[in-house]
Amino acid sequence: MSDSRKNNMVRKTIIYVILGIMVIIMMVPFVWMVLTALKTNQEAISVDPFYILPSSGWHWENFKKVWETYNFPTLYLNTILMIVLRVVCACLTATMAGYAFGRLEFPGKKILFSLVLIQMMIPAQIFIIPQYLMVSKLGWTNTVMGLLFPGMVTAFGTYLLKTAYQGLPRDLEEAARIDGCNIGQTFLYVMLPLTRSGMISLGIFTALFAFKDLMWPMIVCTNSDTTTLSAGLAKMQGQYGSDYPSMMAAAVLAIVPMIVIYIIFQKQFVEGIATSGGKL
Amino acid sequence: MKENAKKKMSIGKKKEAIWGLAFIAPTMIGLFVLNFYPMINTVYQSFCKTGDFGRGNIFVGLANYKAVLTDPITWQALWNTVKYSLIEVPLGVTISMLLAVLLQQKIIGKSFFRTIFFLPMVCAPAAVAMVWKWLYNQQFGLLNNIFHTDVAWISNPNIAWISVGVIGVWSIIGYNMVLFIGGLQEIPKDYYEAAEIDGATGIKQFFHVTVPLLSPTTFFIVQTRIIGALTVFDLMFMVMDKTNLALNKTQSIVYLFYTQAFTNGNRGYGAAIVMVLVVFIMIVTFILQKAEKRFVFYN
Repeated sequence: MSDSRKNNMVRKTIIYVILGIMVIIMMVPFVWMVLTALKTNQEAISVDPFYILPSSGWHWENFKKVWETYNFPTLYLNTILMIVLRVVCACLTATMAGYAFGRLEFPGKKILFSLVLIQMMIPAQIFIIPQYLMVSKLGWTNTVMGLLFPGMVTAFGTYLLKTAYQGLPRDLEEAARIDGCNIGQTFLYVMLPLTRSGMISLGIFTALFAFKDLMWPMIVCTNSDTTTLSAGLAKMQGQYGSDYPSMMAAAVLAIVPMIVIYIIFQKQFVEGIATSGGKL
Repeated sequence: MKENAKKKMSIGKKKEAIWGLAFIAPTMIGLFVLNFYPMINTVYQSFCKTGDFGRGNIFVGLANYKAVLTDPITWQALWNTVKYSLIEVPLGVTISMLLAVLLQQKIIGKSFFRTIFFLPMVCAPAAVAMVWKWLYNQQFGLLNNIFHTDVAWISNPNIAWISVGVIGVWSIIGYNMVLFIGGLQEIPKDYYEAAEIDGATGIKQFFHVTVPLLSPTTFFIVQTRIIGALTVFDLMFMVMDKTNLALNKTQSIVYLFYTQAFTNGNRGYGAAIVMVLVVFIMIVTFILQKAEKRFVFYN
């Protein structure tokens, strides 16, 4: 008895040690980023390992400096606008198409849906050059419309919500139809509210994807006033790469909002990723 | 009477078809404009040269392909991409599987660990890469400082691809882990009980019960990660400067595409690189489909 308890203790200890080491590995970059952001450049490049903490006080003014010189309010605004527009567009178009593909019969359904699947299988890089040429023809470079452009519709979201609609029971829809709802009303008042969790997954997925994307904003929004946080960071690094505290302060400012949102809506994030799977 | 009912049904069907087509219209029009037309256009452009001032495409036949395929940089970039994938995918998958299994045990603080491991997933890769670049800094970086080494982590051509691969692994394990946890929860408990009666516990149980029953999830993750790794861009772009000595030995094929198509404005050449990438990914996908039948255990 005591032997097996001892065994169990050893096992648990090993598990905690492994997890502990992993926590350290995962956290070191974050901790180092914040600590560097609070140092002077002199301290940051001091090679003495004892100066892990900022020695001349915590330089919170680094954040203020970065905030002002790199135009962070505009970067935040652009990023938020792009995310909101993309999420709204994706959810709106994909929920309608998902309902039609999952619930309605119409000519050409199979072929059209196979097109949706084909889009999902093709590497997105193949779309980029012509998409950029279209944006520049429309005069949308350096605008929010340009940032939104490739995200106006979503094959992946259509697929995701089609699956969600297919999983709903038939009787509800039939009951609504008997009560005199037309297809539009049935969709809007009965079916749509039931796919809430699918919509949340799609929303989180779309928001994260847009937030993390680097290549597209770098291509369409080359001005530092019109671009997003990701592309803005790339620009800053190119220009001021050796001012380490400023770079780290900028990185912190770019990721903190999403981390806060993640910690608040953790359950939805994890479930959203688990159900939407892949493609990120 | 019967005739009437049939007619009514067909009116209903017609209505349904109209609603259906109307509902898919925005998505399908969007897909045609944003994806299918560009797809064809990229194929077309890969046979063209951009004229002066970026106007007009001049047909040049296979010249771009010839240039791309005879340039050793292309093959090097393709090989770099494969090397990156050979680090990111196996390590990213095994470490995250191990973590998911450990988090299935009866331990305290599960959600704390999960939150921490998942954190890189909600961070912009641009920011992540900046921090790692700073950690890797040869003169002032934390790594060389702690280990009292003087390694050029990201500018030594023999090491840089590993250093970038490590960032890739660090960034992805939380995401893979969440998918593995989902897969683990679908394994019925009786399998473990049966294994315990047969005397299989701990590591034996892991290899004889967990690994085979988890194989559909594992395959799914491996497949999506291979495609993801083969199209890696953000980390590479942020870590590897244009002036980096190790650039040629490290840059991925998508990085090369970006440089050619957008930095140098060489769209036809860039389009040809994309076509090489697409063919390569199609071959890999085909092999994976074959492998699925052999290695995946479906219940």
